[in-house]
Amino acid sequence: VRQKNSAEYLSESPIQFGQINPNIASNFINTLHQDLVLSFPPGFPPSCSPSVPLPFTMSHGTTTLAFIFQGGVIAAADTRSSCNGLVACPASQKILPVHSHLVGTTSGTSADCALWKRILARELRLYQLRHGRRLSTAGAAKLLAHMLHPFKGTELCVAATLCGWDGGERPSLYYVCSDGTRLQGELFSVGSGSPYAYSVLDGGVRWGLTVEEATSLARQAVYRATHRDAYSGNCVDVYHITSKGWALKTLPCKEETIYKQDPETLPPSHLR
Amino acid sequence: MEYLIGIQGPDFVLVAADNVAASSIIQMKQDQDKMFKLSDKILLLCVGEAGDTVQFAEYIQKNIQLYKMRNEHSLQQRYGNDLFPTPYHVNLLLAGFDETDGPGLYFMDYLSALAKAPFAAHGYGAYLTLSILDRYYRPDLTRDEAVELLKKCIEELNKRLIINLPSFSVRLIDKDGIHDLEKLVPVGAK
Repeated sequence: VRQKNSAEYLSESPIQFGQINPNIASNFINTLHQDLVLSFPPGFPPSCSPSVPLPFTMSHGTTTLAFIFQGGVIAAADTRSSCNGLVACPASQKILPVHSHLVGTTSGTSADCALWKRILARELRLYQLRHGRRLSTAGAAKLLAHMLHPFKGTELCVAATLCGWDGGERPSLYYVCSDGTRLQGELFSVGSGSPYAYSVLDGGVRWGLTVEEATSLARQAVYRATHRDAYSGNCVDVYHITSKGWALKTLPCKEETIYKQDPETLPPSHLR
Repeated sequence: MEYLIGIQGPDFVLVAADNVAASSIIQMKQDQDKMFKLSDKILLLCVGEAGDTVQFAEYIQKNIQLYKMRNEHSLQQRYGNDLFPTPYHVNLLLAGFDETDGPGLYFMDYLSALAKAPFAAHGYGAYLTLSILDRYYRPDLTRDEAVELLKKCIEELNKRLIINLPSFSVRLIDKDGIHDLEKLVPVGAK
């Protein structure tokens, strides 16, 4: 195996690692569509060709949210992975740590999100090794957005919020989507359950929340969304990111515990 | 959904853009800046498909910076309009002040149509406001009169446009460069 020297690594782009240009690919495959469609192995959708049908409809059901407050960043998500009306996994992880001070919530196609989070983690680690310092959340968001841009117009679907702590100084929150959107903000919710979560969060998020209040509010917002949205459900993961890194706030996954934290909003007795 | 407007005066150009970044029915961000600085006296206002706008505008912005570094002088305004039909679905207003040509406002759309215009607007709001601009615009507007004309347009949007646009960034370009003016926030419905 030939060892690459550092100059070659510097000129390699993280974008070119084997995929072909989606526009060129789809034109090529369209002209040969009649001949080739039967020779593709069943269940293998090439990511660069929208003309080949996917083996099953992927739905993007999820509720994830993240917001900044005085104590850092809170990221929360449900744990249901749905697939065409079935619950494929009731205990999936939708918040994936990228490194010790950066966490990403994922929404869209689970496989795409898991892959691109790993690629992002790899590129951030390479940056840290080459430059001796960690890339900021803004830089990570820009890198992810530019890596996803060649896939625009294909079936790839990744909508992530990157929640991190930059350089020991301040919390940071970016929303990155595979259609190219990249937004910096203080409150985001993504997924099919996001409108329900937004309405709970908009009434409660303030800069001065304590850590317990913020965790409870995040959990409430995801819970209310899972109640209304069919594609979100099961448990709630909450991560808290501070200058010391991320921490997973675990709680037993039972509705009573969530209701008990917020006695003012106990449901009518016939629903308890 | 998004709105851009530009008004050219005798020695300035006034531009404004809404501040909403939306995703389907949700306003994800209410303080998004849609103006990109291409040089000390040129602004690019960019709306269109999510993602395409920022990618395209930043690409142009960085290439113009590169040109400036390579050639030691910055691109004159009219040569900044070097568009060709691209897969990017973006609508642009290019506004700037040139030492030789004076103020200029250029309207560009995603089909790479280009027109120099005394006033221009993009978005659904353009249908409502272009006739106001037709009626009240004069080539010798003062800065205050231009701001008043802009306020008239925004009040009309606030009254008739079905989409709520809560605030607008406003900037003015003249021989001294780009100046940020106060954000316009239309109040209540009339």
